[in-house]
Amino acid sequence: MDESHTTSESSAIHRDDVGSRIGMWLFLFTELILFGGLFLLYAVYRYLHPQEFHEAAKELNVVLGAANTLILLTSSFTMVMSISYLGEGEKKKSLLALGLTIALGLAFLVNKYFEWSAKFHHGLYPNSPELAGRGQGDNLFYGLYYSMTGLHGLHVLVGVVLLSVVLIYIVKDKVTPDNFIVLDNSGLYWHLVDIIWIYLFPLFYLIT
Amino acid sequence: MSDTSSVAYGSHASGRSYLVEGGRYSGILSWLLTTDHKRIAILYLISVLALYFVGITLGVLMRLELLTPGETIVKAQTYNAMFTLHGVIMIFLFVIPAVPAIFGNFCLPILIGAKDVAFPRINLMSWYLYIGGAMIAVIALFTGGGPPDTGWTFYAPYSLRTGTNVTLGVFAAFVLGFSSILTGLNFVTTIHRLRAPGMTWNRMPLFVWATYATAWVQVLATPIIGITLLLVILERFFGVGIFDPTKGGDPILFQHLFWIYSHPAVYIMILPGMGVITEIIPVFARRTIFGYKAIAYSSVAIAALGSLVWGHHMFVSGQSYTANVIFSFITFLVAIPSAIKVFNWVATLYKGSILIAPPFLFALAFIFLFSIGGLTGLMQGALSVNVHIHDTYFVVGHFHYVMFGGTAFAFFAGLHYWYPKMFGRMYSQRTATLACTIMFIGFNVFYFTMLVLGLQGMPRRYYDFLPQFQMGHTIATVGSWILVTGLIIMFANLLMGLRKGERAAADPWGGKTLEWQIPSPPPHENFEEIPVIDRGAYDYD
Repeated sequence: MDESHTTSESSAIHRDDVGSRIGMWLFLFTELILFGGLFLLYAVYRYLHPQEFHEAAKELNVVLGAANTLILLTSSFTMVMSISYLGEGEKKKSLLALGLTIALGLAFLVNKYFEWSAKFHHGLYPNSPELAGRGQGDNLFYGLYYSMTGLHGLHVLVGVVLLSVVLIYIVKDKVTPDNFIVLDNSGLYWHLVDIIWIYLFPLFYLIT
Repeated sequence: MSDTSSVAYGSHASGRSYLVEGGRYSGILSWLLTTDHKRIAILYLISVLALYFVGITLGVLMRLELLTPGETIVKAQTYNAMFTLHGVIMIFLFVIPAVPAIFGNFCLPILIGAKDVAFPRINLMSWYLYIGGAMIAVIALFTGGGPPDTGWTFYAPYSLRTGTNVTLGVFAAFVLGFSSILTGLNFVTTIHRLRAPGMTWNRMPLFVWATYATAWVQVLATPIIGITLLLVILERFFGVGIFDPTKGGDPILFQHLFWIYSHPAVYIMILPGMGVITEIIPVFARRTIFGYKAIAYSSVAIAALGSLVWGHHMFVSGQSYTANVIFSFITFLVAIPSAIKVFNWVATLYKGSILIAPPFLFALAFIFLFSIGGLTGLMQGALSVNVHIHDTYFVVGHFHYVMFGGTAFAFFAGLHYWYPKMFGRMYSQRTATLACTIMFIGFNVFYFTMLVLGLQGMPRRYYDFLPQFQMGHTIATVGSWILVTGLIIMFANLLMGLRKGERAAADPWGGKTLEWQIPSPPPHENFEEIPVIDRGAYDYD
């Protein structure tokens, strides 16, 4: 995410928003490929254990998953609002929208916490006796479930921290209507987090 | 190009040398907090070489151990840790960062007429990540269950089970990967955004093309090793089971994911080296490079095709025969752009007015050694031959021809070529020539013997060997001594040059690219005025 902080001795004089955006997109590519490895594993193991993946997916809480999908989609909307408001010079509205985005991100994490806790409560966690007693497909399903939603949750957390820093920057007028590439790039990162969830949700909760 | 115009940029650039403090900080902080790409390059140079010496020492000790059958100097477990560490250090801490992080950082902005890279602070951050990764690797040696013993490939399921400190070792590689990604990201953006006016894509020096192709591979391939290594850590902490066959995981998938990165990584290692050679050849042949576009696009072709051949590491791992045939075929295809480069270098020399000097000799050694490395690679790309020589010394010999004879010799060539630019002084060229000759002889005595041992059936990574391999092991060990003698002479000569070498001119070799048109060493901002480019990079005719 650090790509967004591009000021340096020379670029302070010579600002390059396009360059910053290129850097951010390259970073997003690396994120996509990072998750790509996990999606690849998911595809192979689903192909090898279709029936067990089918059964295991039924155990996940679709309501909580759908709620989280809604939360993240809404947060992407408020993110865009924040950028758009700042571009129009409406600092307060922009801050409000950004604050909402952060709150929605936190709500997602809280939801996730309850979801994971419930699964732990049923003895469904990596290396658990319950999973060891089931088939290998179940074990792989939950292994991937925890790895992928865990890595995604970590990204949500990083996103929340990042957006909070940008929020402070806007308050302190370090990010202004004339120079808001940092907010723009953070928005790109937030949409990436959103889009990965858009794939995780059907793969784990809906395809049964 | 006339001689007067070739010094035009330098003549009125009166800025202080980048080696003299000039920024906000002084003393050691002026280095540790610098965002100057040239100073960061020097930071990399020092740290990469320090780790290279560790790697060499381990290598020489391993050869000494193999001088006689049974125990010679260390126990078997120590030997396992040594070859793991030798691999990890040489690959992640030397060969991958050597050319891009040192010469890429130093030369790339100058070669395209820029004052710095696109993200100078991220550039410094990637050096700190490099140092962080190196320190974690060192900590891994002395904590937990002792140094990792898996080999640099960390193959599952052994890496999941061994009691040694694989977790930290793997984490070190993860951090180093992050450093590599940031360097690549920086270079791609720099090349897209900061080229001087008139520096069109087809006027860029070919080192820039090579670095550009490499940077894309760094950005696109490295995350795969990142996630793979993270999963190994998750396995070791939580027993998730994704690569663990007892829990339904498939270790072959680990190999796939590992090589999806690590084969393209081979091109991260060699492409910048090829770029260095492409800079050197035309300067010392006093001729425009032959086949500019072919060399430029072949870099991109190598990067693209090289990303699709990982399965050739797994011919005997149990992947399908169809997959084997496809991977074998694409492997042969990669040879084409590599050969295009070799033929073009040789064609550039034809009818050239050749100046024999150390950078050129290292470049010639590169072409010879890399050709052997490439051709032995093709032998392994053939399915039937591969089964015979898989996991033997033939493989070890092959990749040392490519990595050491290729990348490291290209690195030495670049070091001798850009040394006067970097430090403003000249080393003793006679001593450098002597060192190059000794290294070349020692190298071939050492690694060609390994190729032969491999064909005879000596397996790699073995602590012990049968009596019939004694002769080969003796020759290889003697070769390692010759090679190291050459290395010591070379580095001693370069160190002496720093203090006692005579002052170097702005353009000691008669190069035409931009770095030779500014003073040696370059001023902080490289160019007083950003140059306007109106001709190709190698304008000798």
